[in-house]
Amino acid sequence: MKGPFVRVQIGKRVFPLVFAAAVAGALSGCATTANNPKDPYEGFNRAMFAVNEGIDVVVKPVAKGYDEAAPLPVKAAVGNFFGNIWDVWTAVNNLAQGKGSQGLSDVGRVLVNTTIGIGGAFDVASEMGLEKHSEDFGQTLGVWGVADGPYFYWPIIGPRTTRDTLGWGVDTYVDPVWRVNDIPLRNTLAGVRFIDMRASLLASDKVVEEAAFDKYNYIRDAYLQHRRSEIYDGNPPREAIDADSSK
Amino acid sequence: MKSLLSLLLLLFVVAAPAFAQEAGPDVLVKKVTDEVLTVVRQDKDIQNGHTRKAVDLVENKVLPHFNFQHMTALAVGRDWSKATPEQKKHLADEFKTLLVRTYSNSLTSYKNQTVVYKPTKLQGNETDVIVKTEIQQPGNKPVQLDYALEKQGDAWKVYDVIVAGISLVTNYRDTFAQEIRANGVDGLVLMLVNKNKQLEAGKK
Repeated sequence: MKGPFVRVQIGKRVFPLVFAAAVAGALSGCATTANNPKDPYEGFNRAMFAVNEGIDVVVKPVAKGYDEAAPLPVKAAVGNFFGNIWDVWTAVNNLAQGKGSQGLSDVGRVLVNTTIGIGGAFDVASEMGLEKHSEDFGQTLGVWGVADGPYFYWPIIGPRTTRDTLGWGVDTYVDPVWRVNDIPLRNTLAGVRFIDMRASLLASDKVVEEAAFDKYNYIRDAYLQHRRSEIYDGNPPREAIDADSSK
Repeated sequence: MKSLLSLLLLLFVVAAPAFAQEAGPDVLVKKVTDEVLTVVRQDKDIQNGHTRKAVDLVENKVLPHFNFQHMTALAVGRDWSKATPEQKKHLADEFKTLLVRTYSNSLTSYKNQTVVYKPTKLQGNETDVIVKTEIQQPGNKPVQLDYALEKQGDAWKVYDVIVAGISLVTNYRDTFAQEIRANGVDGLVLMLVNKNKQLEAGKK
């Protein structure tokens, strides 16, 4: 399995890049002229974005290879397996947000998929009508009223608001994959999950490449909209349209 | 016999306008989506990334149901009122080209997804509606795909497409506003023209 090997390679290349980029970012940050109120650390973020694009040069081919070589049932099983693990945390977050019936439905999903779905490989629960939700601690904080905070772009992790960076920290702390004692197994699981996630984003790569005028801006604005929608579970309040609406 | 036939004919003529009544927005979205997916499912070229064919499909089946003038006005925001009618037309045309291209691209990534249509509660007198659909793919979280439609006369027209909470139109707002601040409306037109030329040059 390429997982742990790729991570070691990335580790060796990342540190010096991150250090250099952080310095460059700190310097260029002072020179930023276009001050977007949503993105006060744009200089730093663009530097981190460049680092991530560099890392992606290594990661994307692995993800593409996986996507092309793995048969669909295998990819589905991998996606379902990690999705099942995530459903446990989703259930906790739904309950913490006061969404009792959704939380219980998620618990039901985990029970059904772990047993009938053979360790989570098959998403039987969706076919039974138990909808898949996706909640994380960042969304819970959002529902509790914590504001976004400045936008950040982190290497490997990607875009996160300040609140969601903290949320990500909690998500990672409780993550069962990171708590596996056997180090090689842990790294393999984390690596496979990462590649599977990257592979699921390949389709949108092409869209972003062609639709975006500035990839960094496009991803930031898309991320902020998407998060807002997630916090409201797909029904965000519609923003007032400034346009003169003349047709 | 003859009178029975003419009676039937009369009934048909009277009943026909009822069938010709414009379909509700949710019915429209379902009809067009089903039509497009039927084509994509059978077309190996599109599935293999043949963007030109996907663009043709979108231009024929999808475009007639969109209001690009309104979509562009939304993307440009406050500065829209500062543009001349000629600039507005130019912007709408270029933005349409860009959006068609982007939307068509997502069709070429089609891989056995199914579309679920969420129930739309209609009172019957609205003029602005959001129709929600969901794209389901094995092994992946479902993706929300919503259409914002407005009533224009008897017909419903789409003025925004929202994928996973991301409005295709408002995602351009900051970029457009920045360009207008730097180079005016003409600068924005030029930026769009250049982008489209670039995409045209690179495509299959």
